[in-house]
Amino acid sequence: MTPRPSEWGPPFRFKPEDLESLFVVLHEQAYKIIGPTVNDDAIVLGELNSTADLPVGWTDEQSGGSYRLARHSRPEFFHFASGPHSLKQYLHPPSVCLWTASRNGHGFEIMEKVQEAGKLAFVGVRACDLHALAILDKVFKAGPLPDSSYALRRSQLLVIAVNCTSPGGTCFCESMKCGPQVDEGFDLVLTEIEDEGRHFFVGQAGSESGRTIAAKIPQEEASSTDLERVETMLNDARTRMGRRLDTSDLKKQLYRSYDHPRWEETAERCLNCGNCTMVCPTCFCNTMEDVTDLSGVRAERWRKWDSCFTTDFSYIHGGSIRSSAKSRYRQWLIHKLATWVDQFGTFGCVGCGRCITWCPVGIDLTEETAAILESNSTSTPGMK
Amino acid sequence: MATESEGLKLRNAPGTDPMRPALFEVHRVRQETRDTFTLELRSRGPSDGFQFLPGQFNMVYVFGVGEVPISISGDPNRPNALFHTTRAVGAVTKAMRRLRRGDVLGIRGPFGASWPVNEVSAREVIIVAGGIGLAPLRPMIYQLLSQRDQRGRVVLLYGARTPDEILFTHELQQWRTQLGLEAFVTVDRAHGDWQGNVGVVTTLIPKAPFDPSQAVALVCGPEVMMRFTVMELSKRGISKNRIYISMERNMKCGIGLCGHCQFGPYYVCKDGPVFRYDQVQDLIPLREI
Repeated sequence: MTPRPSEWGPPFRFKPEDLESLFVVLHEQAYKIIGPTVNDDAIVLGELNSTADLPVGWTDEQSGGSYRLARHSRPEFFHFASGPHSLKQYLHPPSVCLWTASRNGHGFEIMEKVQEAGKLAFVGVRACDLHALAILDKVFKAGPLPDSSYALRRSQLLVIAVNCTSPGGTCFCESMKCGPQVDEGFDLVLTEIEDEGRHFFVGQAGSESGRTIAAKIPQEEASSTDLERVETMLNDARTRMGRRLDTSDLKKQLYRSYDHPRWEETAERCLNCGNCTMVCPTCFCNTMEDVTDLSGVRAERWRKWDSCFTTDFSYIHGGSIRSSAKSRYRQWLIHKLATWVDQFGTFGCVGCGRCITWCPVGIDLTEETAAILESNSTSTPGMK
Repeated sequence: MATESEGLKLRNAPGTDPMRPALFEVHRVRQETRDTFTLELRSRGPSDGFQFLPGQFNMVYVFGVGEVPISISGDPNRPNALFHTTRAVGAVTKAMRRLRRGDVLGIRGPFGASWPVNEVSAREVIIVAGGIGLAPLRPMIYQLLSQRDQRGRVVLLYGARTPDEILFTHELQQWRTQLGLEAFVTVDRAHGDWQGNVGVVTTLIPKAPFDPSQAVALVCGPEVMMRFTVMELSKRGISKNRIYISMERNMKCGIGLCGHCQFGPYYVCKDGPVFRYDQVQDLIPLREI
């Protein structure tokens, strides 16, 4: 589902109150709508019944180790950056039963769990998270032995994306070339414009399904001024990224940095909690758990999210391969920004900033990487 | 957070899903040494036999206990019998040791990259094994020895900790006397009645009979043993692109989807476990990689 610009529909403009008609169409087409909503003092993803469930008048303030929900003076639906949730938890759920087994005589029998996936329409998806989705596709779908449950869930997806004009304090999608403009993998993209009392959306379909849905929204043709306004807002967003990361030569530099002293320094702060891997929209690592009932007659195989920050993750008889905190942080960062490129042809990072915001001690991937690059460039040639 | 709804819908459809184990029955259990044993398994389902390449592994599931990766130790030309040789060291392998004829195991596989089967045929092959590392090499030895007419010299250097821990002793004798394997065995320590070599396996390399300009080396054992073996082989003049090693890492899926077995840019489960040494030589010296 990567539309080329030639498949995009004509841009159109509609009133904020007509956003509801989009929800109506999606419900008519039997989609469950998932989108941003306020819950537990954060903007999270949840099922939306109507536009009233969107975080109208809310925004967020993010920095290293800090997320605060805040009031926003204007009546915008989508004035916030990434929250703790992403599409990952829907496509690659934290916990999935793969099969069950029951004893019979000497042996046992295995019954596969039939995976089910409803039609999900995601509303308000940012460019960073769409790029994350494309990365998960490469991980779970592109190989010779794809994950069938992921592929099934993925096939039922509809994406109503929203261009990001409100990057947060920890965002750096611009550096990763993953935003703020939505450029791939969407069915419909919206830009919300609110200035000087004028409030409207500009929309554009990116697929056949998107065109069908867009046609149901009361609309008028978007003017060239509207499109220029979209362009200006996106350009403005590009300048307001809270963080940045120099990606030129990044892979090569990090491959040279396994012995860098910085890893040790970071490990002294890192709590090894794994929060960064949980909130990351591309961290896909998982483990298998085999459980039995008390009678020992029935067993189940569950796949659950796992994190490279635990010592169990790399355990083989005799001990953990990565027993130090330093080696685990190094594994995570070098995977994201170097080895991932060799594995999947792309960085494993989209610049959403979640790992920075949700790190309890505010460890900042952009800062850590910059420190390593900086001393690499000033170090003597002999240094690894 | 999305969670699975209760009330599981199930189906019994053996076949294509690589995450679903196939059922195999224990046909024979053979105690190899104090803590090492071999299970001979037969497929329970309709099967054309278990086709695999030497060096590949299976994910082996013991009901209610768990699943671990174990290399295949049998003969690739005898696909009706599946062999796994392993040491009882963890919960799953200890449970495997308690299995008896007729008990059932789950098998997913075969997975992973094999020894360079085509490259070595007709060439001199030097095999260096440490301890249980002989198990993943045994299919390759069977394969090489079966090609009597078209193969070059096959040399095995094998190190065990003590004489009691030498694996496949009967077969070693047979390979030597009947099939022309040039086998040299050493142990780390021994009592008076041991007549053979004492010392680590790398001490056999300087005198081993092979032509470094021709030979391909296949190495499996503990990582430190492989590192020193490669050093010694290099000293003899074998180039790094003719040395292959087999790696071990934590694995949960076997198909590159769980992330556990990462080794730098590689997934040991699908890019390995067998690597050509020049692929991994920069990673091997790094600690905790």
